Formats: sequence, structure tokens, C-alpha cells
Amino acid sequence: MKHWATSLWQKLFGDSVRAFGVVSIVFLFSIAIAPAKNHFSEWRHYQHGYLKMIRNRSDANTLQRHFDGGIQQIWLPEIGVVDRCTSCHVGMKEGTLRDVSSQPYRPHPVIPHKLDQFGCTMCHRGQGAATTVAEAHNSTLAWEQPILPAKYIESSCGECHRGSLPGTPVLNQGRKLLSRYGCVNCHLVRLPDGTTIKATDAPPSLSHIADKTPREWIYAWLKDPQAYAATSSMPNFQLSDADARDISAFLIANSTPLAGDTATLSAKPSSDPAAGASLYGESFCASCHAVTNAAGNVVGGDVGPELTRVGSKVKPEWLHAWLQNPRRYDPGTGMPHYRFNDREVATLSTFLLGKTDSDLLSNVHLDPATPEQIAHGKRLVSDYGCASCHEIAGIKKPENFAPELSRIGSKSITQLIFLPGMSHTLPDYIAGKIKQPRAFSPALRMPQYSFTTSQIDAVTTALLALNDRSTSLPPSLTVPAAAESNYQPAGKAGKLMADLACFSCHRINGRGGDMAPDLTWEGSSVQREWLVQFFKNPGTLRPALIRRMPRFNVSDSEANELADYILTVYQNPIIDRDFVPPGDDSQGEIELGRQLFYGKYSCQGCHIVETKTDKGYIGPTLTHVGSRLTAAWLYQWMKNPQALRPGTIEPNRAMSDEDARALTAFLVSQKGVAPKEVEKK
Amino acid sequence: MSRSSRSNVLLCALLLLPASFMSCGRTGSSVPLPKPTAFGTAIVEAGGEKQIAQTGTLLSQPLIVQVNDDHGNAVPGALVEMQAAAGVNLDPAYGLTDSNGQFTANVTLGGMAGRYQITASTIEKSGTRVAVKTDEIALGYQQTLGSQLNLQYCDRCHNSESTAERVSNYDNLEVKPHPFTDGDMLNKISDADLTAIITYGGAALNKSALMPAWGNTLSKSDIQALLSYIRAVSDPASANAGPVYAKN
Repeated sequence: MKHWATSLWQKLFGDSVRAFGVVSIVFLFSIAIAPAKNHFSEWRHYQHGYLKMIRNRSDANTLQRHFDGGIQQIWLPEIGVVDRCTSCHVGMKEGTLRDVSSQPYRPHPVIPHKLDQFGCTMCHRGQGAATTVAEAHNSTLAWEQPILPAKYIESSCGECHRGSLPGTPVLNQGRKLLSRYGCVNCHLVRLPDGTTIKATDAPPSLSHIADKTPREWIYAWLKDPQAYAATSSMPNFQLSDADARDISAFLIANSTPLAGDTATLSAKPSSDPAAGASLYGESFCASCHAVTNAAGNVVGGDVGPELTRVGSKVKPEWLHAWLQNPRRYDPGTGMPHYRFNDREVATLSTFLLGKTDSDLLSNVHLDPATPEQIAHGKRLVSDYGCASCHEIAGIKKPENFAPELSRIGSKSITQLIFLPGMSHTLPDYIAGKIKQPRAFSPALRMPQYSFTTSQIDAVTTALLALNDRSTSLPPSLTVPAAAESNYQPAGKAGKLMADLACFSCHRINGRGGDMAPDLTWEGSSVQREWLVQFFKNPGTLRPALIRRMPRFNVSDSEANELADYILTVYQNPIIDRDFVPPGDDSQGEIELGRQLFYGKYSCQGCHIVETKTDKGYIGPTLTHVGSRLTAAWLYQWMKNPQALRPGTIEPNRAMSDEDARALTAFLVSQKGVAPKEVEKK
Repeated sequence: MSRSSRSNVLLCALLLLPASFMSCGRTGSSVPLPKPTAFGTAIVEAGGEKQIAQTGTLLSQPLIVQVNDDHGNAVPGALVEMQAAAGVNLDPAYGLTDSNGQFTANVTLGGMAGRYQITASTIEKSGTRVAVKTDEIALGYQQTLGSQLNLQYCDRCHNSESTAERVSNYDNLEVKPHPFTDGDMLNKISDADLTAIITYGGAALNKSALMPAWGNTLSKSDIQALLSYIRAVSDPASANAGPVYAKN
């Protein structure tokens, strides 16, 4: 064996000439085969595969003509894109390849952007300059940004589009959840335009909590908020019994009584046992508050807290005062000030206090608090950052309590500590952290949220959009969100609107909720008499609507005050209230309108004029629209509803002036039953 | 390290090598399949089929299949294996049927728009494999936009189901609209005709005038998106619904 090797060595490298010759041959050979590495490269393999695939197709000639061999590249220096993905993904722009199911030959699905203008990695991440499958798609030692999984793809839309988009429901939901669940109370999120995301969860002040709830309820709530209300946005801090005991002790001891936040009533509740439920219904409490019914379904709005077990939470004297005027306890509450009389307050509070859950507090037995427990509770309240969300007397709201998330989407994975078994990618880390924060370390203070998988994916999507690129984009590419205004109506009517919390449901001049119609042009739209009557006794405009305008029991003078303000201020400049559509209101015109209504435009599909025959459920009932809306508004509405109320589902029918006039005449003639006069003061 | 432990490591490595090759060839996992305690003769869908979700997302309902015997009775303890195209995550991908003879898996769709076919199979006593194929629908960007527009503008009339929060208008209409899943009807209408009906209203194509014209309210690309959504969700599948991704 050894002899054989020695002789081979002798033959090849025995003397210097031989050695030189052999080395030269090896050298020349390696130069000769060097191009082969290029020849056998992956992208060539895929391009060959593509050509083979298109050969037998009917559109082979066109596809062949479009095909351009060699390395392809999209280069966009302005946004730092060098993408060679199209070297393998050859058929990206070939719409006729829609039936192909194998990658990398699928055409790109339809999106609102051109591939040449944005490249691939803007949305999909990955390493654009790479020309092998592994390097382009996965993270490598030198490149840690792998392809973004499809479920998070909308995060890339969010880098440029700062507002909500119709085609990105996941991103929209994620952004909403960041505010709705108060994530941004602890985590600062500064957007690229310099503004910060604001929380919308409105956690209550705890400075006067002892007037509102017993300590036992606070304890049970702290231990498991979702046991009290499944829809609660308060997370579970996974406190020990002793910690919950001490925090509840501190909150009670720290609470100071507030003048007027408890009340004794001068009247007894109604003797009718059903009166409470019907008052709850008539007042449309369910428009904002949910109740979990016997079947386990949450029914009602999510503007206010769930009331399924409210009787186990609040003290009767506090509830009386709250129902009399919630703004005494919480000046900033979104709850309207219903002008209930004492009998109504008694009736409604008896009904609400009956909503108890005997299991909730049955196992809570707390001994009187000791000073040590109270002191410990105070420390815990500081440690867990309770004051980041809640106002607590004597505890300052901590600054930067949790890490800032303004650029979380660009966090380097070398800075992250992953759980065993977790794939080492940023999206998985973020999702894992939201799913079970304390799994990363029991010492972490971030609480446990009760998010579903799709909610976790949505929040992760929203967070991934907060990255370095979103802050360094050229201004021409960014699409700002519609700014929430801080519009405030003036004067006495403004105070009244704040008291009635109109903005909790209605939007006016860019501020307010989206549950009820936008009232920005309400003054051009409605007739004064109807509006006053509506305040006194709001009827139902839309038969199928579940959430409705409550009756606030306003006085005549208040109704007049509001109506005057709305009719004066909320005027659309294109509508002249005194405008009368040209043409006559003759019977002939009305009849023509009727024919258009039932024939050409078939409005009865969505609206009701004849209560006996029409069944349309979607739009407002029009039986008395002639007493409700102005002719000028109706006419303009026919011409272009979206111009008056953007986003309304009433289709724009591009009506001729004649049709709009006839329909207006017909609708104006629908006076219905004359409303009862309200005395003007 | 002692000589004997080093040789042990070597032995282990040698034993593991073929094992890892074997596992690569099959399901990609090295855990052996559980042993069935019973065998059925048929496998049928029992819930979660034809769900509609965005690409890459978890379906809201799990996919359930049931193994039956000759008499149509459920068979507990039968082995069910599920397979789907690359990119689909099945959790779990195999297992024994529960006491109701059912096997339940959570399905996360792949990243491309279209239909994902999931094949669930079980082995008969004789060793023959019986399978059932289920389609799940993945919406890409355009179809997602279409689904959002559908919810805002179309669903109230075209979907006869009412929920507590959303009362359907379907029953109030004299001429009933076609649900978008009604493939038997809608697949016969060409793309151009459907686009025309949405744009110019039902009357323009001698259909019900109760269907209004949306051409001045929705943009061309919105209507295109609606069309692609309608094609994506139709049952039976439309020829324009895009490819079906199945396990090769």
C-alpha cells in the first residue's frame, strides 16, 4: 500500500519538470471547469425548467418572446432595492400562467402596485441580491432577514400606508388592538411622522375606587379579569393570592371619597319586575354594553364595559350616583348623562344589581388589611406599572415603563432570547411574546392577554410594520393616515354635547366614534321640527339596526338648544337649505318619482315607503322622510350620496337632474304622521 | 472522555443515520405513526371543509374527518393521515380517531391564493388506503379586498344568513339574489357579464332591477376585486378560481 503510493508520487512529482507539468495541467483544468459552476447554478436550472414548462402551452410564443435569460434585477436605489428574485421567478408578470400551481413559475397575484416600481423585498423581505434559493429565502449568518411568512404580509403595506386600507383587514385589526387593549399605555410607539399611537381602552381612575366597589371584587378581578367579564381588555397579571390581597388592600386604603359619587334615592323602584329590563332596553344600554346570555354569546356593544356580572361589582349607592350623572365620578367618561329621575334610577339600578354571579366572590375571604400589606401593595402597584394605565392618587404615571416599540419590526434577532424549540425569526418572537410573555421569564412583568391566534397574528403584523424602513422612506411614498381631529363644539350646545357624549357614537368634523351616522352635515340634512322631536323620543330609522340612539330625556330647552346649534353650524356649503328643486311639486312629478322609485331604481330593495308592501331592511325607512329631510339634501343625495357622506353604502346612481327632481318630489310628499309639536323656547 | 463512551457516541450516530434517512423520505418527522387499534372502510368529511381565509392564516374552524365501518358506524382508534401541498400546516398531521370516530386538525393555509386540497386517508384492515379530499379556499390580496367590499356592500342581500349583529335583507327581496357561493349559477356567467351586472345593475342584463348599478360607487379595480372574490368562493369551483394546490 505504502509502496504503491510512493511510486505514484515518484511518477507524478519525481523531478521538477514532471511536477511543473502536472501542476500546470491541474491548474489549466480547473480554469477550464470554472464556468461550469455558473452553468449549473440554481437560477439556470429554474430558467430551463420554465422554458420546458411553457414549450407545450398554447401561448408558448408570447411567453417565449417575453422571456429574457440570464440574471434579472430590479434596482431601485431610492428605496434600497436590489432584487434578483425574477431570475428564478420568471413568470411574475405573465397573467396567462394563472393556472400554474408550481413555484417559482406562478405569476404574481394582482396587487395595486407595479413590481418594477417596488421590487420584491419591499413587501416580502428576504435577501434580494442573493441568487440561490437558500440565501434568498432563509436567514443566513450574514443575513438575518428571511422571507416574511404570508400571514404577516400586510405589515409591509403598513410601512408606507399609515392609515387603514380596505384590502388589509389584518393590519387594520392589529393597529386597532394596539390601542384598544392599551398596549401603548406601557409601550411607547412613536410613528414615523412624530406622533404617538394613542390608547383607546380608557381605563378608569382608581383614586376613588372604594366608593365604587368592595375590596373582594378588586381581589377577584385582579386574580382573573376574564372570569368577571370575558370581553374585558384588562390583562391577567398572574398575581399570587398574597399579592392580589395586598394590592386590593392598598387600593382601598389609598382611595379617597369624592363628593357626590354616592347617592341615596328619594324614590322606590317600579313595582313591575319587568320594568328594569324594559328600561334597560328602551335606553338602548345594549348599544354600548354587552351581556353574556345563557347560551354564552356576548350580545351588545363594546364601547362600555360588559355588564353580565355588574351586580357583583358595584356598590348600590355608587351606581345610583353614576346613573344620575356619570360625569360626577368620571368627567371624561364616554357614558352619556341620561336625565333619569330617581324612580328610573332606582328601577334600572335594581335591575343591574340583580346581575350577579355567586361563584365570583364566594371563595374570597379577606381579613382586614395590615399596614405592612398596604405598603407591600403600594410597592407592587409601582412594580407592575398599574399607573401606566390607571390614574392612582399618589402614584406617578411611569415614563417608558416598557420597551419602546417604535422600531420593533427591525429588531436584530441577535438581540433576542428565544424559547427552546422556537424558530429563530422576529415574527415568531413577537407572536410568542404576545401569546405568553411570562414564558420568556417568570420575572417579566408583562401580563397575560387573552388574545386568539388570529388576534396575535394581527398585532404581530401591526408591530412588524414599525421598522427602520418605514421611518426612512422618501416622503413621496408615504401615505399618511387621516388625522383624528380634536374638534370641540363651542358654547352651551358644546357643553351639552359633551354631557350627552355624542362623540362616543357619532363622528363630527373628523372626531368621534363610528357606530352612528357622521353628523358633520346634519344641519343641511334634517328639518328642525323632526330633529327636536327625535331628541325627545328617538325613533328607529333603520328597521334592522340593533344599536340605536338612546333617549336621553332631554328637556325641551335642551332639545331646542341642540337643534339650533346643529342647524346653524353643521351646514354643508354645497347645500342651500332654502333651495327648492326646479320644477313643480305637481301630482304628475310625484307620480313619476314613484315610478322611478319602484321601477328604474328599485329603491324598495333597501327602503320602505309603503309599510304594507315594501320590505327593504337596509336603508332608513322613508315613510315620513318628507317630514325629516330637507328637499335640498334629498336632491343632492340623489345626485351623489358619497359626496355628502363618504363611505355610505347607498350607491351613486348618476341620476339625471330630471330623475333626481322627480324622486325628490316623491320623497318630499312622504310626510307620514305629523310629529307632535315641541314648544320652542 | 473515555474510549468506551466515545465508541458509544459513534454507535449512536451510526444507528441514527439510516433512521434519519428513512424519516426524510416520508413525512419529514422522525416520530413513528401511532398503531391503529381499529380499522374502518370509509373516511368522510365531518366539518371544516370549504372554509374561506386569507393566505397563510389559520382557519377559524378545525378540519374534522370521520372514519366509518361497512355499516356507516363511526370507528374510534383508526389511524388518519392528512397531507397537503407544501406550505400548509396541519396540526396534527396524523393520529387516531377519537371516541366519536373523528380526527380533528387545525389547518394553516399556504401563502398562495387559490384552493388547497387536503387529503385525509385511513388504512383498511386489508391494507388498502381510502381517502377523502377536502378543499379550503385561500384569498390573496385582490380576493381579500373583494371580501371586504362584499361585507360592506353586497352581503346584506346576497347572504341569506342573519347574525345577531347583522340582519339579512335576503328574505325581503322579491327576486332572490344569488349567494356568491352558488357556483352552479354564477359559473355560467362570463367575467364580462358579471362585471357588467355589477357596474350597470341587474336591469342592464335583463336581470332584476333590485340589483343596483355600482359603477359610480365602486372603482373598476374594486369591481375586479369583487369578481375575483366571487370566483374564488364559488361552489362548485369556478374554472377561473385559480389553481388547486395538492400534495404531489
